[in-house]
Amino acid sequence: MIDVVMPQMGESIVEGTLTKWLKKAGDRVERDEPLFEISTDKVDTEIPSPAAGVLSQVLVEEGKTVAIGTAVGKIDESGSPAASAPAASGAPAPAPAQAPPPAAPPAAPAAQPTPAQAAAPVPPPPAETDSPAGPLSPLVRKMAREYNIDLKQVRGTGAGGRITKQDLESFMSAQGAKTIQSAAQPPAPAPAAPAPLAAVPAPAVPAPAAETTAPIARGEQPRTRLEPMSVMRQRIAEHMVASKHTAAHVTTVHRVDMTKVARMRERNKDEFKSRYGFSLTFLPFVTRATVLALRAFPLLNASIEGTNILYHNDVNIGIAVALENGLIVPVIRNADEKNIIGLQRSIADLAARARSRQLKPDEVQGGTFSITNFGSFGSVFATPVINQPQVAILGCGAVEKEPVVVNDAIAIRSMAYLALTFDHRLIDGALADQFTGKVKEILQNWSEEVL
Amino acid sequence: MPDTALASGLRVCELRDLGRLRYEDALREQKDLEDRRKRGLIPDQLLFVEHPHVVTMGRNGKAENLLASEELMERAGISFFKTDRGGDVTYHGPGQIVGYPIFDLREWKRDVVGYVRAVEQSIMDALAEFGIRGERFEGHTGVWVDGRKVAAIGVHISRWVTSHGFALNHTTDLNYFKYIVPCGLHLPVTSLEALGVQASRERVLRALAGSFARCFDLKIYQPVPLEEQALENRQ
Repeated sequence: MIDVVMPQMGESIVEGTLTKWLKKAGDRVERDEPLFEISTDKVDTEIPSPAAGVLSQVLVEEGKTVAIGTAVGKIDESGSPAASAPAASGAPAPAPAQAPPPAAPPAAPAAQPTPAQAAAPVPPPPAETDSPAGPLSPLVRKMAREYNIDLKQVRGTGAGGRITKQDLESFMSAQGAKTIQSAAQPPAPAPAAPAPLAAVPAPAVPAPAAETTAPIARGEQPRTRLEPMSVMRQRIAEHMVASKHTAAHVTTVHRVDMTKVARMRERNKDEFKSRYGFSLTFLPFVTRATVLALRAFPLLNASIEGTNILYHNDVNIGIAVALENGLIVPVIRNADEKNIIGLQRSIADLAARARSRQLKPDEVQGGTFSITNFGSFGSVFATPVINQPQVAILGCGAVEKEPVVVNDAIAIRSMAYLALTFDHRLIDGALADQFTGKVKEILQNWSEEVL
Repeated sequence: MPDTALASGLRVCELRDLGRLRYEDALREQKDLEDRRKRGLIPDQLLFVEHPHVVTMGRNGKAENLLASEELMERAGISFFKTDRGGDVTYHGPGQIVGYPIFDLREWKRDVVGYVRAVEQSIMDALAEFGIRGERFEGHTGVWVDGRKVAAIGVHISRWVTSHGFALNHTTDLNYFKYIVPCGLHLPVTSLEALGVQASRERVLRALAGSFARCFDLKIYQPVPLEEQALENRQ
């Protein structure tokens, strides 16, 4: 009996994961024949058998990680009927192919060089069902086998003329409809796009030979591209629809004169930037005004639980941050304890870490009210969707200079729209407008010093 | 490098650029060379290739890291293969530089992790020539730039002869990575192009060949100039 041990595959390696036994207990194995595979740090390594014989025992199952030197199996040298003949040389056994291990894995001999004597060094490619146009997916292969379809008769419409599942389906339905019909081309696949498009007078693009049976030209650009949603996209989709199904969304819009805030910002922004290293935007002003208004109207900072109202004593403001392909709403906790500097710092920090995907899970949870700054992309006003389980969200549009009437005279002021979407289940229009009016009043009469 | 070093045992390595080649064809070529390398018929080999769209899964690959069904991938013109390399799931496609070193590690160091670290080092050294600082990310084999993965690694070793290798995103359309969770990690990917590098494929191959030569003490020999090989294979 010889122990087969987990080998040392490098200086720093102390353990290995046995990923696959290439032989089963009871199988005959030749010396140096690949016996099992181990995996370490993105490397899969085939381990050759230390001796010829029969793999009498498997001590470590696939998937287990064990220390270097651990016995993973045992080889019985005497149990090998053929072991005597070929002996040392390490050459392949005379006829391992004959000894028929009943459950031998079908095919795939190409990878194992061992049985390839000098005879045929290049194993024939497993060409069995490859179509001329390229590889077939396992699905297509399986369907062709199941329905006994001669793939040579199927026209591929996939990339590079590959045969797709749709091609097989339309081929089968065509066959069903016209029992015989051999040499003739099967009719154009019904669900494919080209037909309707060809009918449209395509501008500039050379029309794909209209109604004739023109097959899709090789190398032609596909007209559609299908790709799965990212996990984040799927979550956003679920979240948005769930919110629309849950809340009774109503949006109210107030126009606010941001001139005082704009002046305050203008006066402080250079020193702010040099002192703190990040820019002063309008958002912390809107956030500060919102926090104060939430303190005055706590129902806007609540949520609904069944038939109860849950009031939150903390004011945790979610700030919507646009990402490359999505959106995330990190939360400024206890936003009422922060001044403009603190709010701006939190906003800059959360936005930066949201974009580099370094937010911690608890930094996107526990919000009690949200703010979205759609003005940063130029929108004047929009109707945001409530971030459940909150009951309202405030959107701020772009701040733009406009001529407005002040004391019966026309003046140029920095104006913006504030849009509050609220859940009418809990909040009525009157309250929503009092709240938004409060935010507006604070912003219009801004007096707090920034620095 | 001084002549003494040359005399004292740089090993010979043949460089081949296979150009654009289907995954399964490249795999066959690779396995053939691996077999011949094991039998000592040829020296070390460094293959470069560019695959049409393909998603491959290593032995330890998890099905949940494929975000699209095989059917959807097929409709998008992406082939799918299970392979015997290490690592989880990855994508190869146009604009990506795939490198398959067929090295006999007994002539270098019998150290499989040391090998992977040296492949990383070679890629990082090559990136440095384009002003890109590639980094290792503890526990996540590959080469990273600012938290984004630019090169993936997956290796198979049999009798100390390596196969499979690395995939460096050069001008890869990164949208295709949306079909998978690359290497099972929910972390972003990038490419040399996305990092602002405007270098031809040939220039990047040259840089890689040079850095592999230095990291593995190889004298890289090019049977036919890169461009001509690429042309031949594209015909």
